Amino acid sequence: MTDLTLAKGATGPQSAWRRLLGRKLALLGLALIAVVVGGAIFAPWIAPYQPQEQMFDGLTLEGAPMPPGAQFWLGTDLLGRDLFSRILYGARTSLIIGVVANGLSLIIGTLIGVTAGYFRGWIGAVLMRFTDLMMAFPALLLAICLAAIFTPSLWIVAMVIALVNWVQTARVVYTETSALAEREFVAAEKTLGAGTARILFRHILPHLVPMIIVWGTLGISTTVLLEATLSYLGVGVQPPTPSWGNIIFENQTYFQAAPWLVFIPGAAILLLALAFNLVGDALRDVLDPTQRGRS
Amino acid sequence: MNQNPTVQSGAVPAPDVAPTVLEVAGLTISVRAEGVERALVSDLSFTLARGETIAIAGESGSGKSLTSLAIMGLLPPPALRVSAGAITLNGTDLTALPETKMRAIRGDRIAMIFQEPMTSLNPVLSIGLQLTEAIRAHEPISKSEAEARALEALKAVRISEPERRMTQYPHELSGGMRQRVMIAMALALRPDVLIADEPTTALDVTVQREVLDLLRDLQREMGTAIILITHDMGVVAEMAERVIVMQQGRAVEQGAVNDIFATPRAQYTRDLLAAVPRMGDGSGASLGDAQTDIVASLRDVQVRFDIRGGILSRVTHRVHAVENVSFDLRAGQTFSLVGESGCGKSTIAKALVGLVPHQGRIEVAGHTLGGLNGKDMKALRRDVQIVFQDPMAALDPRMRVGDLVAEPLVIHAIDTPEQRRNRVAELFERVGLAPDHLDRYPHEFSGGQRQRICIARALALQPKLIIADESVSALDVSVQARVLDLLDALKSEFGIAYLFISHDMAVVENISDRVAVMYMGQIVEMGTRAQIFGDPRHPYTKRLMAAVPVPDPTYSRPPVARLASEIPSPIYKLGASPARMALRNVGDGHLVADAFVTG
Repeated sequence: MTDLTLAKGATGPQSAWRRLLGRKLALLGLALIAVVVGGAIFAPWIAPYQPQEQMFDGLTLEGAPMPPGAQFWLGTDLLGRDLFSRILYGARTSLIIGVVANGLSLIIGTLIGVTAGYFRGWIGAVLMRFTDLMMAFPALLLAICLAAIFTPSLWIVAMVIALVNWVQTARVVYTETSALAEREFVAAEKTLGAGTARILFRHILPHLVPMIIVWGTLGISTTVLLEATLSYLGVGVQPPTPSWGNIIFENQTYFQAAPWLVFIPGAAILLLALAFNLVGDALRDVLDPTQRGRS
Repeated sequence: MNQNPTVQSGAVPAPDVAPTVLEVAGLTISVRAEGVERALVSDLSFTLARGETIAIAGESGSGKSLTSLAIMGLLPPPALRVSAGAITLNGTDLTALPETKMRAIRGDRIAMIFQEPMTSLNPVLSIGLQLTEAIRAHEPISKSEAEARALEALKAVRISEPERRMTQYPHELSGGMRQRVMIAMALALRPDVLIADEPTTALDVTVQREVLDLLRDLQREMGTAIILITHDMGVVAEMAERVIVMQQGRAVEQGAVNDIFATPRAQYTRDLLAAVPRMGDGSGASLGDAQTDIVASLRDVQVRFDIRGGILSRVTHRVHAVENVSFDLRAGQTFSLVGESGCGKSTIAKALVGLVPHQGRIEVAGHTLGGLNGKDMKALRRDVQIVFQDPMAALDPRMRVGDLVAEPLVIHAIDTPEQRRNRVAELFERVGLAPDHLDRYPHEFSGGQRQRICIARALALQPKLIIADESVSALDVSVQARVLDLLDALKSEFGIAYLFISHDMAVVENISDRVAVMYMGQIVEMGTRAQIFGDPRHPYTKRLMAAVPVPDPTYSRPPVARLASEIPSPIYKLGASPARMALRNVGDGHLVADAFVTG
């Protein structure tokens, strides 16, 4: 109810932004994202070592990785490379995958879902059967095929992930859109003479935003891990370029001897997903005018 | 509280001193939000004697449904609770009972029926199973005994073919039959108190009539005390011996029905009774004969929906929703379509605005509907606007109301943004809303205000025809009366033609110039208001009018034969079609269908 005075003064994105900043959890999420983005951008200046550098003193006398300590803050990996530096540089890869690949898959999924859900008929049938086909086809196999055709690079990997990941989004958006298309306010718009574009973009899409945000935040961790799987199979981001996912995969066999090697990048993925989740949740509430009370 | 306060209501020839079953004393229900407790119902007291019916009447938000939930011990915790007062059933204080004990009383000693029988019945269990389970939850009897009891209960509610109904599922029954099943379930254990929360609001008037008769008969047989919760003063007058009028959580008046209807003391009761539309006092001159310009005309309009079946999903059956309907809509006049659910009246509205395809000829403002290109269709939409039943559903909840009202102007590229803003403010003022509310969202308004927003939106394009599809049915009577007044004022101000679609005969009589009665997709009688309401000829029209509850407790209803059969289905096999009813002029343009075939 206190929001209402704000809403009256300012309209549009500015007031939404201000309401977002008024939420503690959203602020925490934004701060976490800022830390990760900052780390990725300023990695060359922050990182104490080169991420690919295999250091002689990075291993114990027996050749085991060093645990976290004063010299190597987060320890070293199997090849004696500094984990902290690798995590910083890895954030670049993972952010691009998590944001670009995930965002692209959301866009593809939403477009296909909305089109199929609103028009239905043969257009909808063709689109949805295609979606089902994609769903039935093993995503990993498809990604491997695609990655094998194109020479793997970070951007190609992002495209590949987007191309296999849009299916779920398309399914949910389709269901939601076909329900919305039956709502009376859509019929009311038609009787006013509103065109298809207007109905889709002004009236149906805003109702899909909360759901798309939820799927988007969930997608961050799945895409980051899918990238890890791909690089483990040799078709993802090529070593020695670090990504959070491939750090986990390189070191998973030594989980018992050097648990920090799996735990720390895992925690990084978790925190990033959590941060986007917090912001996403807050964004969903802030953007929904019906959440605000009746005065 | 004296010992037996029910004696004062000597309006009915009930047993002289019937024992008190239920006593509610000083009931206060509070809601807790953000640490503050606020009373939603305060200090409500009444007693209920065996075999008596008490009505709790009031508009939405008056706390009448909360009261019934409190008696059932079903207030949703933890926000809502009984914060003061006592509810005593046969000497036991229900508010002090733990949930386990309350469960034994619920359904056994106090039963409840709700407004919407479809949502109160479990859709995946057969009627028989649901009935026997309800019985066995309270009485340790065998399955076959319970089945016998269930069948007996179904027979008691006079449902046709009770044995077959036992094996059927809720969706296979009509709305009226479902409500009978609910009543059977509620009364199977012969409870002391039956709470009926708007039991007939979702039903058609002829079905409502039967359900009300049934409730009264069963009460006479079993001596159940009934608490009837309703907004309909007609139902109150016909069913209750005493009435409590509630407003914003308080009982503003309480007494015998005859006294309250004859000499209401509280101002609110007087306003409420004055707002109730009544049959037989259609005030104001009818324009039925005035020959103003024809805005729209329908000739032999048919709407059919295909039903596909079989492996090849070919059309096997058709729903004949509208059959051979012809009428004209004239400027500055209100033409009403009345009929019960499924008679095709809303389908005609949809065909008129091009939401469903039709056959036959519909002409609006000189253009023939159907076969128009996009541009002409868009131009045509400026002339015809529709106001739907539920304004909350018809307004996009994520848009500001100012933008919603401006939207038709934006779509048709009328005016500059600045002019639009002024126009919207004007419209807002015209429909009685404050222009500084333009930046709010639909959920921030009340139901009546929302419907005004929809009307402002319809007016924005200055249409020639406004279709009001049950536009006031969801509103409280006092709000309804004001919205109807507004519509009437706009009609004379702008010379708009209205197509008013309603199931409510009393409302129709009050606002119409011409009336058509629909049954099974066809018009069975059409004429001026005076012709239809003063001299109804068709048996269906007569039955419809006889079924309307009369808000006058002294009115005695002439006996009408009960209809044994249900309304037949409008679904026909491919190739077959219903018999066409020929309309015959019985004088001065009063048209009546000759044949009337039921079943």
